[in-house]
Amino acid sequence: MPTRVHPVLGAFAALVFLFLLAPLVIIVGASLSDTTFLTFPPQGLTLRWFSNIFHVEAFRRTAITSLQVAFLGTALSLLIGIPAAYALNRYRVELPRWLSTLFVLPILVPEIVFGFSLLKSITIGLGLPVYPSLILGHALLVLPYSVRVVGASLASFDFSVEEAARSLGCPPVKTFMTVVLPNIRAGVIAAFILAFITSINDVSVSVFLTGPGISTLPIQILAHMEQFFDPTIASVSVLLMLVTVGVMAVVEATLGLTFLTK
Amino acid sequence: MTVSLTIENLSAHYGTTQVLKDLSLSVAAGELVSLLGSSGCGKTTTLRIVAGFLQPTTGTVRLGDRDLTTLPAHARDIGLVFQNYALFPHLSVLDNVAFGLKQRDIGKPERVRRAIAMLERVGLAPLSDRLPSALSGGQKQRVALARALVIEPPLLMFDEPLSNLDAKLRIDMRVEIRQLQRANGTTSLYVTHDQEEAFSISDRVAIMNAGRILQLDTPEVLYRRPANAFVARFVGFENLIRMKVTGREGAMITAEAAGGTRLHLSQDVFGPIKDEFVLAARADGLSVRRDGEGIPATLGTRTYLGRAYQYKCETAAGEITANGALSDPLETGTRAVLTPVAEQCCILDPED
Repeated sequence: MPTRVHPVLGAFAALVFLFLLAPLVIIVGASLSDTTFLTFPPQGLTLRWFSNIFHVEAFRRTAITSLQVAFLGTALSLLIGIPAAYALNRYRVELPRWLSTLFVLPILVPEIVFGFSLLKSITIGLGLPVYPSLILGHALLVLPYSVRVVGASLASFDFSVEEAARSLGCPPVKTFMTVVLPNIRAGVIAAFILAFITSINDVSVSVFLTGPGISTLPIQILAHMEQFFDPTIASVSVLLMLVTVGVMAVVEATLGLTFLTK
Repeated sequence: MTVSLTIENLSAHYGTTQVLKDLSLSVAAGELVSLLGSSGCGKTTTLRIVAGFLQPTTGTVRLGDRDLTTLPAHARDIGLVFQNYALFPHLSVLDNVAFGLKQRDIGKPERVRRAIAMLERVGLAPLSDRLPSALSGGQKQRVALARALVIEPPLLMFDEPLSNLDAKLRIDMRVEIRQLQRANGTTSLYVTHDQEEAFSISDRVAIMNAGRILQLDTPEVLYRRPANAFVARFVGFENLIRMKVTGREGAMITAEAAGGTRLHLSQDVFGPIKDEFVLAARADGLSVRRDGEGIPATLGTRTYLGRAYQYKCETAAGEITANGALSDPLETGTRAVLTPVAEQCCILDPED
C-alpha cells in the first residue's frame, strides 16, 4: 500500500525540486538558443554553440589545464590524505583532538581568504611558477575531502586485522598495501571523485593562482561571459555538468558493486 | 619443534600508569598456560608484548633460545587467535588461511594444498571459497584457528577467542582448541576472563590482578588450595573468616572468630595452622544444620540452587553464604549452625 503524503508536504517537496532543477533547465535551454545572446526560453534550436566551444582555443586550452590540475592535485592530496587519515584513525587515542580539525581548515576558511593566503605563501612566498602552485593549491583545497572520506572508511576498519597480518609475518608497509588499502578502496575512490569534482569546479582559489597564459576552465568561462555573453557559456556549463554527472554515475556503479562484495 | 616461552621481569606502562609489575612466567614446551583475570589485570598487555605489538618498559621475552624482546611483530613467528576473529574481509577463507604461507614465500600449489588440509582439520574445506562475511561466528573462529595453525608456529596465543560465541559453541570450541593444541604439541598462551574456560582448557593457570601473577598452578591446586585471599575469592571461596587459635591439643586446635564464634579444626585435615589464620569456605563448605557444632547463625534469604538451598546467614563474624540440604528447607529467621566441610574449605595466611 502506497504511503499517503500530506498535500502541503507534497507541494513543498515539489517546490524544492523546482528550485533545484529550474536553473539546470534554463541553462540547457539557453545553450540551444539560436541567438547571439543568452536568453530563455530559447529562440530557435541549434547546436552551433556547442561546436563553438571547440573553435574557441582558450576553452580547449583551459579545459586541458583544468583536467591536469584536478588530476594531479587530487592525486597529491590523496598521497598526503591517505597516510594522514590512517594515522588519525590508528592513533586516535594517542593524538590530540585538534589535529583532525587541522585537516578540514581549507573548508572552514572562506575560500577567497584561502586563495589569497595561498597566493601570498606559494606564489609570492615560495616563488613557485603558476602551474605547480595551481596543483599544490588545489591539492590543499581538496585535502579535507581526502582525509575525511578515507577517514570514514578507516573508522569502520578493524585494526586487529592489521595485527593479524603482522603476526602472520607481513611487514608493516606491505600490510598497509595488501590488507588495509584493499579494505578502504571504496573510500579512496569516493574521495578521489569528490576531490576531483571540487577541484575542476573551483573558481575562488584558482583566480588567485592562475597567471599569464595559464588559466582554468571556470575562470575562462567567467572571462568569456564578460566579453561576449553569448550562449557558448551555457553550452560549456552544460558540458561541465554532463562530465560531473557522468563521473558520479561511474562512481555509483563501481561503489555499488564494491559495497555489495564487502 | 616444541620450545618453551620464558617471560622475565616484564613491566609495562601506559603513560604514567604501570600496568605490569615485574611479571615472570614460563610456559613449558607443549604446555597450555592461561592468563586469567578481570579486565585491566594486565593479561592482554602481556599477550600483546609477547606478540610484539607493545614494547615493555623492562624485561625480556624468550622463545626457546631466541630473544624476541626487540624483534618486530612480523618476525616473531607466533600464531595469534583474536577475540573478534580479525579475518581479512577482502580474502576468501582459503586465502585467509594461506596468507601466512604466502608471507613465507611458499609456492601457490603447496600453499593451497596445506591450507586445504588445515581447513579439513577444522571441518571447513567445503567453505573455502566463501568470504568471511558469509560465515557464522563459530566458523569464523575456526578459520582464524586454521590460519594461525597452518604456519606451524612454535607458539600459539589466544586472546579471549571464545567470548563472542554463544554458550554451547564455546564449550565445543574449547574442546576443539584443546584437541588441536594437544595434537600439534604447540606451546600455548591463552588469555581469558572466564574461570571455567581457563580451568577446563589449561595445563596451568596464572591468576592475575593489578599487573601481577598471584598464583600459577594447575587448575586442581588452584581450585582446592588457593594461595591467598584474592585467588580464594576468585575461585569461589565466598566466605573468608579471620580466626585466632585459642587452644591446641595434639592435631586438634580450637579457634575463635570475631564475636566469640568457636570452631574445632584438625591439622590432619588442613595441614599446620598458624596462630592467626583465615578460614576460607565456599558456600558448599559450610553446611547449614539445625544443631551440632559450628558457627551459630540466623538464616536470612533462602534461594534454590537445584542441588541445594543457599542461605544468606547473619553470624557474629559477619554475613556468610552457606548451603543446606534439599531434604530440610529452613525458614528465614531460624537459628542454625554452620559446620565446616573440610574438602570445601582451606586455611590462608591473614597477610595475603
